[in-house]
Amino acid sequence: MESRSTRVALAVWSALVVLFLWIPLALIMVYAFNSSNVESWPMPGFTTHWFHAAWTSEVRTALWLSVRVGLTATGIALVLGSMAAFAVARFRFFGRDAVSFLLVLPIALPGIVTGIALNSAFDVGKVALSTWTIVIGHATFCVVIVYNNVLARLRRSSPSLIEASQDLGADGWQTFRFVVWPVLSTALVAGGLLAFALSFDEVIVTTFTAGAQNTLPLLILGYIRLGQQLPVVNVIAFAMIVLTAIPVLLAQRLMRDTGVLRRGPAEVTEAVETAQIAAY
Amino acid sequence: MTESGRPLRAARLRFTGVFWRHRWAKALLLLAPPLLAFVLVYLAALAALFISSFWSVNPFTSEMTHVWNLDNYRQLWQGGAYHTIAYRTIGIAAAVTAADAILAFPLGYFMARIAGGRSRAFVFVAVLLPLWSSYLIRVYIWRLILDNDGVLNWTLRKVGLPAANIGYTNWAVWLIFTYIWLPFMILPVYGALERVPDSLLEASRDLGAGGWMTFRRVMLPLALPGLVAGSIFTFSLTLGDYITPLLAGGTSSQFIGNVVYDNINQGLTPFAAAFAAVPLAVMGAYLLIARRLGAFEAL
Repeated sequence: MESRSTRVALAVWSALVVLFLWIPLALIMVYAFNSSNVESWPMPGFTTHWFHAAWTSEVRTALWLSVRVGLTATGIALVLGSMAAFAVARFRFFGRDAVSFLLVLPIALPGIVTGIALNSAFDVGKVALSTWTIVIGHATFCVVIVYNNVLARLRRSSPSLIEASQDLGADGWQTFRFVVWPVLSTALVAGGLLAFALSFDEVIVTTFTAGAQNTLPLLILGYIRLGQQLPVVNVIAFAMIVLTAIPVLLAQRLMRDTGVLRRGPAEVTEAVETAQIAAY
Repeated sequence: MTESGRPLRAARLRFTGVFWRHRWAKALLLLAPPLLAFVLVYLAALAALFISSFWSVNPFTSEMTHVWNLDNYRQLWQGGAYHTIAYRTIGIAAAVTAADAILAFPLGYFMARIAGGRSRAFVFVAVLLPLWSSYLIRVYIWRLILDNDGVLNWTLRKVGLPAANIGYTNWAVWLIFTYIWLPFMILPVYGALERVPDSLLEASRDLGAGGWMTFRRVMLPLALPGLVAGSIFTFSLTLGDYITPLLAGGTSSQFIGNVVYDNINQGLTPFAAAFAAVPLAVMGAYLLIARRLGAFEAL
């Protein structure tokens, strides 16, 4: 349909947008090797010194807290999120629409609203801010991620599979193990991965639910605000970009092997959905 | 099945049978824990916040007084500074959405209808990776780029242009938001364009429509839900943010979120709650319009 010049123009525009997305990420990776602790351009020289210097006890403590919070919130989300998804997908009950609407509120409302709501609730309830209040804050939106992922998968799978399994004499456990679980497992892995990634990167809700403790994003936020330890921030940025590349490329390989990117619109929709949920 | 397995299996079958006969019991069992946790923690907190926006704080004792009044909202309505901040927040959110739509639409079109399998997969990953990398890091790197001694001014000087010096201004805030939320616009637009059936485009051509006419009358209306879906993300995420203005904005780049944050830190929860209701109301209206445009089917 498109003329040759249109196609070329679109390709050039796309290349420019991809460059716009990538030049900053490439730059921060270069800055990790900056020999000066003043972050101006051009850099005076290269060094790998900061890669050792960044592994401070402050960074380690914050990293460990982020990992613990992420794992706990993801665990809670996997249990509660899939329960809710099952109930909404498999049963019709009074107020079902209201429930499915309420459950997406934590990602539909701006993070700052969730943050101040929990903050003032903890304040009123005389709950001291701790690791657990951070976990509660993160779990509210992690649950939604898992819920959405599992619900989408359940809607695409037929409930008659379960009835067939029961007709063939399987008990509840067998039906779960051999029918439900194979259908669900990848959705749970994807949902769990997204929930963890989200929790690991969360700033806004965390600023209102963390006490004196620092998660890794809070530590970075503090450094950037005060303009301190910027070489350390550069190294953390380098590490995080490399680390996040691994799951994305893996997921991409999986999608290519199953043909998501070549097959029909339904698979594309699922891939896009997953990607969008990732964004939160 | 071994002998010892039988009683266990019988028990399991009985157990399964109970839930099969009483389906409501299963539904209740599944729904109660997540819903209870959700209502007790999240909804109770939201409701308390909303109620507290009608209370006030005694300036001498810093205690919250539980007397119903509309003072917080009146203060918002009258305060010129708060109007400026609200207009700035909404205006920049709209500008970010427009910029992202302009950047994303041709790219989505390229991915969906022109690129071959390999280049499409490449662009897909190139869009996804920045989405997954840390939010703070992406704000921070732009701070370095836009700084007076940063890459942008250096590049401009090299090609003989005057320095831009847009670090710590509203321009910087707009540019950074546009950068950070761009993938959120690309993905739904690509999804919507991907779903346009080729047969419709052929039909349009058979009926004598030229390329531009087909684009305007067939392609664009079918892609609109995707654009609106993307705009929900870009608009709402910008509206509720306060980190980017805090880190990369200047003295006159305050967003609604910054005022809310400062008030919470000073213990003025009621006023913070009232001001936080503004983006909520704006988003509510926006979502209603979006639903009418069919954006939810495109999500």
